[in-house]
Amino acid sequence: MSLATQASDSPPVTSTGSVVVYRRRRNVELAMTLLATTLGLGGWLLTGLNLTGEVPANWPWVCGLWAGMAVAAHLVIRWRLPYADPLLLPLVIALNGLGLAMIHRIDQIPSPPRSDAWDQFIWTGLGMALFAGVIIFLRDHRRLQRFPYLMFLAGVGLLMLPLVPGLGVRLGGSRIWIRVAGYSFQPSEVAKILLALAFASYLVAHREVLSLSGFKLGPIQIPRARDLMPIGLMWAASLAIMVFQNDLGTSMLFFGLFVLMLYVATERAGWPALAAVLFAVGAWLAVNYTNHVQVRISSWLHPFENYDQNGQVISAQFGFAWGGLTGRGWGLGRPGLTPLAKSDFIAAAIGEELGLVGLMAVIMLYALLVARGLRMALASHDPFSKLLASGLSFVFALQVFAIIGGVTRLLPLTGLTTPFMSQGGSSLIANWVIIALMLVISHHARRPISLGVVTDEPTVTNLADDETRMLTGGGRR
Amino acid sequence: MSELVVAALKVAFLALMWVFIIFAASVIRSDLFGRELAATSPDFAPREPQTRRRRPPRSAPTQLKVIQGAQTGLEVPLIGTVALGRAADSTLNIDDDYASTRHAQITQDEEGHWWVEDLGSTNGTAVNTLLITQRTRVQSGDVIRIGRTQMRLEKR
Repeated sequence: MSLATQASDSPPVTSTGSVVVYRRRRNVELAMTLLATTLGLGGWLLTGLNLTGEVPANWPWVCGLWAGMAVAAHLVIRWRLPYADPLLLPLVIALNGLGLAMIHRIDQIPSPPRSDAWDQFIWTGLGMALFAGVIIFLRDHRRLQRFPYLMFLAGVGLLMLPLVPGLGVRLGGSRIWIRVAGYSFQPSEVAKILLALAFASYLVAHREVLSLSGFKLGPIQIPRARDLMPIGLMWAASLAIMVFQNDLGTSMLFFGLFVLMLYVATERAGWPALAAVLFAVGAWLAVNYTNHVQVRISSWLHPFENYDQNGQVISAQFGFAWGGLTGRGWGLGRPGLTPLAKSDFIAAAIGEELGLVGLMAVIMLYALLVARGLRMALASHDPFSKLLASGLSFVFALQVFAIIGGVTRLLPLTGLTTPFMSQGGSSLIANWVIIALMLVISHHARRPISLGVVTDEPTVTNLADDETRMLTGGGRR
Repeated sequence: MSELVVAALKVAFLALMWVFIIFAASVIRSDLFGRELAATSPDFAPREPQTRRRRPPRSAPTQLKVIQGAQTGLEVPLIGTVALGRAADSTLNIDDDYASTRHAQITQDEEGHWWVEDLGSTNGTAVNTLLITQRTRVQSGDVIRIGRTQMRLEKR
């Protein structure tokens, strides 16, 4: 993805005086959204059928409510962003619906059944409301470019918030939650958005310096020491999260996000190489000096040596094996045996009840989401949109890779949320806001731009690309 | 439910998931090819930021009444463009030796205000006794004078 070769502001005009533009495709979006709702509703219906033998009594309500919410989200897009990407909303509705159905299914295991799915549904509604709010009130995402340092400080502040005594709580070994008035919240989810914005606006301003200065050592360009400060700062922050909050996943997510955006902005392979070295140093320190990471590594490589310690990972493995190719069917497996089956290990529950075919479908849904994000980064006209779109898609990609990779024992397990599926309000809300941002970006990227007056292009002009003009004698001849 | 039905429903659900993915892929495929438009098409040029046509202000005049001159008492409703002059096709065909053929016109802008404009007449147009040199906004009660004819903007 090259930022240097920016798309020109106007699409090419062919010799016949016509232009090729993106289609709006709002009706396609509506049809796909309705199809997507059937995934969640189908899972919910099959759970009821398989567990009790009859269709749940409240099914018209549930179907109407879920389809209604999806159509409402679609109408907001149709109203405000007619050129937005047609696939993002359907993909998200499909994932969110599958997650809700799976949480509902796991709710049925204890007796009496729990109602976590309902809470999650309320969070979904809140997330959609925020989604609509962002779409309606954020007319141009480039406004968010103005305050990189403020956003960075706010993001890092939020990341560090759980360390404040009395506010932060330790759940399941990691100190990444805060508890206010009985509600626990994961501030790192909001920090994700703020830091992506901060990185994007910082890198837009500094990418030339970061990519061109420094000296060459063989094929790798080594940056100057003072340009190393931001990456060093991010590394230190990630290390602090790992050491003090005991959270491998979050620290990896943010460092990875920063490095990938740095790479996209500068097109220098030296930066990821440097980051890999830094990551290796951090990992080595973590393995040798913290117990937490050691446990994760051993439960990855040799889970069956210690059943008590690795019970969760082992039970997830058994779940996958029991699920096999096509799964047990909704409600017919035993995903409740795995601790945290609703949140961290929801991929294991999917693998058990929908099998490899179902889990692969879920991964495909994520892959399509990320692909659309990167596609819109390519189609965007200005570097900030490009960086933001690629950064936000990387967040999803990294998160899904880390958590599903961890659950399937491809990687050491890191406690990240599965976007839109796993239980947890803060993650759900933050991800809906990210999707709203991506839709705003895609609307601006796909909208046809007139050949004449460009009304709301950024006022920043790139003087470096400007042709040199003489000041004297050039004006009047 | 029989095992067969359960298995059939299970496979049907998995098939539904993959059908959704295949549809999504075909949407992506068709999205690769855009739509060809004439460069002058209204779809292509982004619409001007729409200034909403507000309701005309309360004080907006609705008619023009001749209060002095040969046609005293004549009323002309203010709709669209009101052409004033001696030309036969004028909205208000002024019977006055001092009026030009196409003397002046009264028009309404997007906000609902009325403006009077002299069309290069020989003897000029006056609003409230002042000869106008450019497009001038008028409201109810204002008096427009052309030659020896005076007209008042009124709100009915």
